[in-house]
Amino acid sequence: MSAVDLLIVGAGPAGMAAAVVARRHGLDVLVVDDQPAPGGQIWRSVETVAASPRGARLGDSYLAGASRAAAFRSGGAAYEPGAQLWQIEPGFRAFVTSGDKARTVSARAVILATGAQERPVPFPGWTLPGVLTVGAGQILLKTADQVPEKPVWIAGSGPLPLLYMTQLLAAGGKVAGFLDTTPPGRLGAALRHLPAALGKAGDLWKGVAWTLALKRAGVKTVKHVAEIEARGEGRLQSLRYRRQGGAWQETPAEVLLVHEGLVPSIHAPLALDCKVEWRHDQRCYAPVLDGWGESSQPGLFVAGDGAGIAGAIAAEHRGTLAGLAVAARLGKVSAAMAEAEAAPARKVLERELAFRPFLDALYEPRPQVFAPPDETVVCRCEEVTAGTLRARAAVGRPGTNQVKAFTRAGMGPCQGRQCGYTVMHILGSAQNRPPEALGFYRIRPPLKPVTLGELAALEQPDNAA
Amino acid sequence: MTPVSAQGFDVAVIGGGLHGLTAALSLARAGRSVVILERNWIGRHASSATAAGVRTLGRDLAEVPISLEAMEMWHHIASIVGDDCGFHAHGQFKVAEFDSHMPALQEREVTMRKLGYGHEEMIDAAELRRLIPSLSPHCVGALIARNDGAADPHRTIAAFRGACERAGVTIVEGCGVGAVERQGDDWLLGCGVRSFRAPAVVNAAGAWAGRVAALFGESIELGVRASMMMATERLAPFLAPVVSVVGRALSFKQSDQGTLVIGGGLQGAADIDRQRSTVNFVELAKGARASSDLFPIVQGVRIARCWTGIEAQTRDHIPVIGASPQTPGLFHSFGYSGHGFQLVPVLGEIMRDLVVDQKTTRSIAAFAPARLMQGRHAA
Repeated sequence: MSAVDLLIVGAGPAGMAAAVVARRHGLDVLVVDDQPAPGGQIWRSVETVAASPRGARLGDSYLAGASRAAAFRSGGAAYEPGAQLWQIEPGFRAFVTSGDKARTVSARAVILATGAQERPVPFPGWTLPGVLTVGAGQILLKTADQVPEKPVWIAGSGPLPLLYMTQLLAAGGKVAGFLDTTPPGRLGAALRHLPAALGKAGDLWKGVAWTLALKRAGVKTVKHVAEIEARGEGRLQSLRYRRQGGAWQETPAEVLLVHEGLVPSIHAPLALDCKVEWRHDQRCYAPVLDGWGESSQPGLFVAGDGAGIAGAIAAEHRGTLAGLAVAARLGKVSAAMAEAEAAPARKVLERELAFRPFLDALYEPRPQVFAPPDETVVCRCEEVTAGTLRARAAVGRPGTNQVKAFTRAGMGPCQGRQCGYTVMHILGSAQNRPPEALGFYRIRPPLKPVTLGELAALEQPDNAA
Repeated sequence: MTPVSAQGFDVAVIGGGLHGLTAALSLARAGRSVVILERNWIGRHASSATAAGVRTLGRDLAEVPISLEAMEMWHHIASIVGDDCGFHAHGQFKVAEFDSHMPALQEREVTMRKLGYGHEEMIDAAELRRLIPSLSPHCVGALIARNDGAADPHRTIAAFRGACERAGVTIVEGCGVGAVERQGDDWLLGCGVRSFRAPAVVNAAGAWAGRVAALFGESIELGVRASMMMATERLAPFLAPVVSVVGRALSFKQSDQGTLVIGGGLQGAADIDRQRSTVNFVELAKGARASSDLFPIVQGVRIARCWTGIEAQTRDHIPVIGASPQTPGLFHSFGYSGHGFQLVPVLGEIMRDLVVDQKTTRSIAAFAPARLMQGRHAA
């Protein structure tokens, strides 16, 4: 078992920034990340792509990652790409698999910088081949410069679909149409938060610029789409959609990318018994953290979008704060010095967070995201439908974990990452309770699937039977 | 002081696991009014964490008579609780990996035959390979019980709960008994602001049964287990029986859903106060090693989730079943020490015998609570 001062999980904006500051204060740091190169989701493959024509097409905020990756590389943290962290025990003992081998690492402090996932959007046909998320489409664009041959339908709400469509058009792709699922009236609700958001006028302008660019490119946009259905034999062949109370429209489709916002990755904090709170503004759970990002478990920090969705700039500064806090905790810097060094990061973070209420109100998910029709598969791993869950919800007001036991929803290898929030909302709605009264699944290790052979290799020879 | 609101029943069962449910079911069918008081929800701890093996093979000799009776009941469990509980009788196998493992199994077979039991049977390597083609060829034989099998724990809980409800049992969840008071011939059980009254109480509180006994002034020595389990992704069917192995902690089966469910008694850590238990992966690695040694084809199979369940364990690894020798109207059913699932149906009958008839013809002397009790009343 190897031992380090600080284990950082994730090499995106938060993890890299935390590693840089922790190294500067002389900590022994190990960063594990499941991707093959630093950058996280936003700066995926940036080291190789930045210098290529593809880099320019992906835009300035993408290119900004190159200098961060370089600083991270030269900072001196031990870095293990292609590594899956699948369990952390208190104390801390972490279990990591890379190259088909599992091993343990002990650490005095841990920073989880595991980011966010796209909010799962179950609707009839969402499991058909040909239906993906916008995030998945963007990964293909960044890593492989893959542009779908056929025109792509986009359905969803939030900044990411707009950004992706501009990137796709720049790369020579075609957008068949954009089904904007932002409900009517959201802009009005968002404008209340505009004064606080003005500190980031540049980002506000960015959103407007994307929209104008799409208009110029002649992208067909259908606003206020409330319901979507993907149809086809064995793969996506057509798409049906309608506005609230409107008539169904049907159109042929070969690729559909959906996106309804991001939610923090909370499985590791939940598995570690960290306190979490329901964030009504973002319709998700987030860990309860202090001003440095420390969770309710001493020595365990969460930085980046895993702490609550706030974007890459906030993620970096949260990473810096967490790295500083660990350096102070382990006696490498005085509390006063850490506080002084934290001040600029806190200032930027405050400005970034002030922008969120505007975005959260503007892109609050439409109610249909949480109320799929009965025939919709909600748990993909175990193939449990919304109808099955509703039938169960009616008998004796069961909680999320009881319904998991009854129906097997959430028992598969994804550990409920795809169905957890939907199940909470379906039960809550059937039982006339708010979703947060139901709670998320109890998360059982491993956090990532590990094979029997990999685990077997961990057996201590002296304990062998 | 009796709160006016105290609800009266003939029998109060403390603990809504499978042993509480089966006792309540049989008592209700015998015409008693029964309430189950469950601190969390039905089947919260050991009952839903179990591997749900239905095993007579290798039982402690004291358990064999009731285990065989329970086995007959499992073979028509649908007629008892209205659902087959996902039970399949594909056999249980105790495999010998090496020649040196064979004598112990052969001796066990001889012992059982001398006692008149024919359900445990030795098979050789060729028969073993015929019955389980996916088993590693290094295995040399096995002791097997062909009528044994396994069930689905969640279906079993749902079936027993449904049967209880149909039989008129009152189930109160989120209701932990925190205070006990004697009132005339009744016990008054306080659960926060609620209270319940009954002349007979069944203590089926599993890992917390020692604490329940203490509320009645009894001191029963009781340990705790946190057996670890793992379930994998789903695979095409390749294994019907449940497989264990000499000298290693392993119980290995494939569920109806196709997942591998692997247990065998490797221990995690239990925190009985917080009602939490945690997996120890370094320890669990032994189970993964044993699995991949016995079934080399599963090495690349992904583990989807691991868990532990908290349950009671007695010093002698056999349960505590019987009327309290100290406390009138108190009946114990706990301490199953990792192998109580199979006994569930027959324990309903036994608890009914004890509560209704004050005696039973079934063989339970070895499980007498007195053996673990401290104080002057202990036998």
